[in-house]
Amino acid sequence: MTQYLIRRLLIAIPSILGISVILFAVLALAPGDPFEELATNPAIPPEVRQNLRASLGLDDPIHVRYFAWLTSMLRGDWGFSFVSRIPVDDLILQRLPTTIAVIGASQVLAICIAIPIGVFAATRPYSIFDQIANTLAFVGFSLPTFFTGLLLILLFSIHLDWLPFVYRTQLDSTGWQWWWDQVRQSIMPVTVLGLFQGAALVRFVRSAVLDVIRLDYVTTARAKGIPESAVTLRHIVRNAMIPVVTLLALQMPAVFGGAIVTEQIFRVPGIGSLLISAVLANDTPVIMAVTFVFACLVILFNLIADILYGWLDPRISYR
Amino acid sequence: MTEQRLLDIQGLKVHFRTDDGWVRAVDGVDIGVDRGETVCVVGESGCGKTVTAKSVLKLIDMPPGKIAAGKILWQGRDIVPMRAAEMRAIRSKEIGFIFQEPMTSLNPVYTVGYQIAETVRQHEGLSKRAATDRAAEMLRLVNIPNPAKRVHDYPHQFSGGMRQRVVIAMALACNPKLIIADEPTTALDVTIQAGILDLLNEMKERLGMAVLLITHAMGVVAETAQRVVVMYAGQVVEEAPVAPLFARPLHPYTQGLIRSIPRLDLAATEHKRLEAIPGAVPSLLDPPRGCRFAARCRYAIPECTAAPPPLRELGAGHFAACIRAEEIAEGRAQPAGVAA
Repeated sequence: MTQYLIRRLLIAIPSILGISVILFAVLALAPGDPFEELATNPAIPPEVRQNLRASLGLDDPIHVRYFAWLTSMLRGDWGFSFVSRIPVDDLILQRLPTTIAVIGASQVLAICIAIPIGVFAATRPYSIFDQIANTLAFVGFSLPTFFTGLLLILLFSIHLDWLPFVYRTQLDSTGWQWWWDQVRQSIMPVTVLGLFQGAALVRFVRSAVLDVIRLDYVTTARAKGIPESAVTLRHIVRNAMIPVVTLLALQMPAVFGGAIVTEQIFRVPGIGSLLISAVLANDTPVIMAVTFVFACLVILFNLIADILYGWLDPRISYR
Repeated sequence: MTEQRLLDIQGLKVHFRTDDGWVRAVDGVDIGVDRGETVCVVGESGCGKTVTAKSVLKLIDMPPGKIAAGKILWQGRDIVPMRAAEMRAIRSKEIGFIFQEPMTSLNPVYTVGYQIAETVRQHEGLSKRAATDRAAEMLRLVNIPNPAKRVHDYPHQFSGGMRQRVVIAMALACNPKLIIADEPTTALDVTIQAGILDLLNEMKERLGMAVLLITHAMGVVAETAQRVVVMYAGQVVEEAPVAPLFARPLHPYTQGLIRSIPRLDLAATEHKRLEAIPGAVPSLLDPPRGCRFAARCRYAIPECTAAPPPLRELGAGHFAACIRAEEIAEGRAQPAGVAA
């Protein structure tokens, strides 16, 4: 197992390097100049701008720039944001906890909704409950988050004025009040993301359970005379969770991606909104770093999925 | 019947709802099993034998299935109206079930020890450790080498024959009074089949339980049964002790089944091709009114399709549902060509 892990991590190195090359090349080829604003500023002579570019190495050939980036990355130097002049790693670390909190809470919500409903619906296929759950799930994942998000803001923040519609990292309150404010401002983004994820997951859990429910070993379990609840939990759900957990782990990077939109709507100062503002400002070091972090997350969650898979299914062995 | 039978299925009808209507998978079946007896139910695929067997433990999916009529008396008590909790107390504890497919009837994510222990813990309230010990003991009983170690193995670490032994161990774990074995050897290699049948016979001798064996192989019947029930299209067509059944089969369908047993000697010396019964099982959505076998029967006469033939006792404990049974048995009946 340890050996397998080490080997998988070693295999990850070339893929991460490959990803970084592609990202770097794409960003280098993309149009746009971080010093565009300086160009339109009459107070700054073109020579100064030229010197600035040269001092930052922007005019070097692409491979030189790539290796410069790579070596400083390896030394732990992620560079500075062109716009805010703050070290990129600080920026990311500042934003990451918010994103993780929002995404984590929404995933927990999605799982808590999807698994019980999916299992319950699948054990009573085509019942009224199943039909309703299916319809709602369809509605849920057909509605994009930017639409439901705006709808919620309109209803709860504007019409009813119950919830704040801007997410703030610095809350003035302390103690219990701080927690309460935190919950109040998180409700909408978490609900929007969680319900959207949960809706798709309900369908997946339902079909996974339906696949298992007809299998012979479920009848075997029933023939043992154990209660129906034990048949469902021990024999059906346990087996149905194998593909579900794998899907959840593999989906995590996509969830981060989906959160970008939601963060933008609710003004959540997370890593997603950092990426968007960086893209709009041509802030190459930040774009590079954030996309690179996303790429690493993809690889990490793939590895987690494989490990979970082997842990859930004894037929899989690590070799 | 002076003594109460262990299992007495009376007039059982099991129907399944489909998009085209109700399929009468089992249509009025009577089967009895006495203590310590081995009864074989034979018939080709789709004749309702597995459904009959599963109905005894109410393991058919309801819906779409439904026990439309009849009684299933277990030691005198009808299980058809029983509630789920009463039913669970009978499953495995009193009636063990062996399934057809050893490759799929074990849960891949639990060790075989856990799966055997699960039964014992449910019915005898043993601790986890005691139950695992019992599981190892059961594995030893069914001749699995190194049982103390193998209880911790997963099903995929066993071969098909070994898995079937595990399934048997599971069914025997609570020492039931009756074992229902649904084609326990069909999915196995021929050499392994013999081993499994021997094991079943041995277990039956040693533990003194009754066996209801569902099969479509006449060879298996000859080797294990004391009494045989032949089913066709959801109904019993003949029932007899094993020796008279093979010596003097009364129903044309039974005769066809016996003739279709492959015989190496005849195949090799006389180049005889295996005899098959022509035609296919009638649709159970709308079964024919008269004898259901008439369309495939070489002795069929117009009277056969007029009314369902009653199951008549024609010898000691030998029943057949054929209006021409006597003529056919004595060789007087001439093949009538095509059914009317």
